[in-house]
Amino acid sequence: MLRILHQIFRTGIVTEPLPAGVEKEIKQVGAGLEEAIRRRFRRSLTIREVDAGSCNGCELEIHALNNPIYNGERFGIHFTASPRFADMLLVTGPATRNMEIALKRTYDATPPPKLVVAVGDCGCNGGIFGESYASLGGIGKIIPVDAYIPGCPPRPADLLRGILRVIS
Amino acid sequence: MANLKNIITGLLGTDAVRDAGHYPPTVPSFLVPRERFIEAARGMKKAGARLVAEWATDERKSNRGFGIYTCYSLDSEYIIISCRIPLEDPTFPSLTKKFVPAFRFERQMRSLMGVIPVGHPDPRPWIKHEDWPEDAWPLRKDFDPSRPMPRVKGEYQWIRAEGEGVYEIPVGPVHAGIIEPGHFRFQAVGEDILHLEERLGYVHKGIEKRFEALSWIEGVRLAGRVSGDTTVAHALAYCRALEAMTGSVPPERALWLRALMLERERIANHLGDIGAICNDVAFTFLLYQFSRLREVVLRTNDKLFGHRLMMDRIIPGGVTADLTPEGKEKILREANWIKKEFERLVIIYDENPSLEDRVRDAGVLLPEDARELGVVGFVARASGVGLDCRVQNPFTPYDRIIPKMTVLNCGDVHARAWVRIEEVRESLRIIGEILKGLPQGEISGCLDPPSKEGSGFAVVEGWRGEIVYWLQSGPTGGINRCMIRDPSSVNWIAVEQSIHGNIVPDFPLCNKSFNQSYSGHDL
Ligand code: SF4
Repeated sequence: MLRILHQIFRTGIVTEPLPAGVEKEIKQVGAGLEEAIRRRFRRSLTIREVDAGSCNGCELEIHALNNPIYNGERFGIHFTASPRFADMLLVTGPATRNMEIALKRTYDATPPPKLVVAVGDCGCNGGIFGESYASLGGIGKIIPVDAYIPGCPPRPADLLRGILRVIS
Repeated sequence: MANLKNIITGLLGTDAVRDAGHYPPTVPSFLVPRERFIEAARGMKKAGARLVAEWATDERKSNRGFGIYTCYSLDSEYIIISCRIPLEDPTFPSLTKKFVPAFRFERQMRSLMGVIPVGHPDPRPWIKHEDWPEDAWPLRKDFDPSRPMPRVKGEYQWIRAEGEGVYEIPVGPVHAGIIEPGHFRFQAVGEDILHLEERLGYVHKGIEKRFEALSWIEGVRLAGRVSGDTTVAHALAYCRALEAMTGSVPPERALWLRALMLERERIANHLGDIGAICNDVAFTFLLYQFSRLREVVLRTNDKLFGHRLMMDRIIPGGVTADLTPEGKEKILREANWIKKEFERLVIIYDENPSLEDRVRDAGVLLPEDARELGVVGFVARASGVGLDCRVQNPFTPYDRIIPKMTVLNCGDVHARAWVRIEEVRESLRIIGEILKGLPQGEISGCLDPPSKEGSGFAVVEGWRGEIVYWLQSGPTGGINRCMIRDPSSVNWIAVEQSIHGNIVPDFPLCNKSFNQSYSGHDL
């Protein structure tokens, strides 16, 4: 226990208050996010992430939003296990045929008003997997999409920026 | 070491015809008559070899019907044995009774190529979901991949358990966390799991078919997206198979930089996953600590190589990103810092009794089962099976910097986590050695196009384990077939096996300790 406390104490807060470059942007984007989430979502934007055929690259970066450096929670971003509590669906992958039905069901289970954000080049237009017997060529082919965040995969900062864009 | 080769030539004599167009020559490829295919398999089994992969090709354009290929390995030796079967009678003897991994390989071959493994106990499709038309065999050359397929009626026949108090829990494909989709079905009594059945294929993107429409150079981008968490190792395996076919050797410096990226990828994933395992036993403190270290590694990747996951940094003939002297310094400094932080966290992990209580004896994969199932990578090493391509089939610089392999026998969640802890330490050491020995020079060379009707093979030890690529050029010299065997293709079955006797609430933890790829499996 002592070791744990010691490590916590030693580590301190690593969450980015950082100056230079991208970090500055995160700060700006973060402030914007916080403000928009406070105004429109009563301080909490609840997101359900859905993998509709991703290579897992996009998932890794979405995960990073929860690490202590980005710490999405401080802006009011929460990831939820159930679409029933979600304000937003963050959807990755080119929309595989084998995920089509599950994605539609998840969409239907999400209460309106709901926002859908397609993440990654795949989510936008199928990316390198394109349109084929197995890949439908983008999330927009299955459910209505409100915003796109391109990138392969988009960096965590791009994700934050994209989320801010769609809620403001 | 030419045991397997001698066995085949000894067993089949002139009936085993060596394929001269297959590279590298150190991995021989033999064509045998269909009638003797099973005999060859028997010989391999007797020798103690494992079935690495089994796949089918459509070679009708070269007037050879369908090809059925198997790859076996024993110690550091790999061998490929194939037979040909005609369209009118596309059958071959199933190897399932001899080799467990054939169980899914053959279901997949039947589903996607329409070749029939005679004697296979399970006719249900795999990856091909029931609502596909039955005669949709996407890997056949006459299948038009550009058209969407109609949906037909059909239902998956789950294995059922009946009896008083037995109930069923279906989970997925959409899971609770930010993870890939797949379906799991448990039969349970109270909290105890009687049986688990996986159903995968949800992220099938038609990758193997897609390769056939790409040029050899474009192919590497796709290989780097087979499983995004393993982009370096997949791209590398693809490049090495292609380079074997064309006989090109990238400059020394490129080889060393590739190894550097490979080890950095291993560290980043191990850090993330060790943290995630801790999170699944509700020890979030370590999740945040480890994910902080992971983030630092990714940022350095971004700064030095221009991509956080190092996608598209490895290309046929070399790499695209060089390392400056300052970059070298930065990596060294970072490695030292990570080492210190990491060791502090490992002590906390090791000394925490409530954590230990959950990870010990959970999700046990016994060594004999691991061997039978043909698992690879850290899953194998945690269950007493010492496989590591970096050790058994080293390429430069691993022939000089020999990785120390950690092999444990208890096969539980803890063993899988601990093997990875040791591997982080070892990778940090290897990185230090790489930076010390990094030769000067070019970072990429030229690459001739491969000749027509040839094939190339490569294995690379990704962080999950052995990745296998087999490339084949067609009559016009383009990609005729790209066979990918991610470690997950063999390891997923071990998740099913290791869960018996555990309780339902421990499943997420057990599953996380394997952390197999859905995308790499479903392709
Ligand atoms: S956009 Fe790129 S990283 Fe994201 S799922 Fe597609 S291939 Fe993977």
